[in-house]
Amino acid sequence: MKVLYFAWLRGKVGTGEEELFPPPEVKTLGDLVGWLRTRSPGHAQALADTSLIRAAVNQDYARLDHPLSASDEVAFFPPVTGG
Amino acid sequence: MSCRVQLEDFDPGAELSRLSAGKSHVGAVASFIGLVRGAGDGVSAMTLEHYPGMTERQLVAIEQEARQRWPLDDVSVIHRFGRLLPGDRIVFVAVTSGHRAAAFAACEFLVDWLKNRAPFWKLEETDLGSRWVAAKEDDEARAERWETASAQPKGEM
Repeated sequence: MKVLYFAWLRGKVGTGEEELFPPPEVKTLGDLVGWLRTRSPGHAQALADTSLIRAAVNQDYARLDHPLSASDEVAFFPPVTGG
Repeated sequence: MSCRVQLEDFDPGAELSRLSAGKSHVGAVASFIGLVRGAGDGVSAMTLEHYPGMTERQLVAIEQEARQRWPLDDVSVIHRFGRLLPGDRIVFVAVTSGHRAAAFAACEFLVDWLKNRAPFWKLEETDLGSRWVAAKEDDEARAERWETASAQPKGEM
């Protein structure tokens, strides 16, 4: 599973992209957030408050109950500020 | 239609001419250009980061949504990324239509939705250092007034 981080989340996690193999019990985006928080203090800090972040699965906005599979591209980022 | 995400600047005049060239059925061209605001805000430069792939995908989806709502002839969206200075152009949105009402409304809709859904983030440079720009509630409200069930998820993911 490819996991991407943008803007200030990338700074806190310490990388913009990682290839990960979550355990089988990680079935949803919410499960993934919980698992990622255990990976490092940076991950825990970046993903501490899900009201401050947005997520996409395969480049479409997704909510915490979105199901995941091993080939998905998942991204975490702050609310967007383009335009 | 044309949705472009690019580092380099663009020529609004050339783009507007291209959109309406040789089209006798087009009665209206409406456009918007967003610039880096610097003076007064203490911003000396700004770097726009984006999510390659998702950005293009979301811009196409936003354009398709506009086309479902208004009778549009053509749509052009150009969004820059990278480091920009005050006064630089960031974004260009233009629509052509038979009549001005659809052109004005669709152009405003595209800008409001793009601000709320296209995955771009602004890092501002100031005398005090750099800071990520926070999303404005007003921008979210502007996008929501177009009454959609599928806008960028609010609050909890």
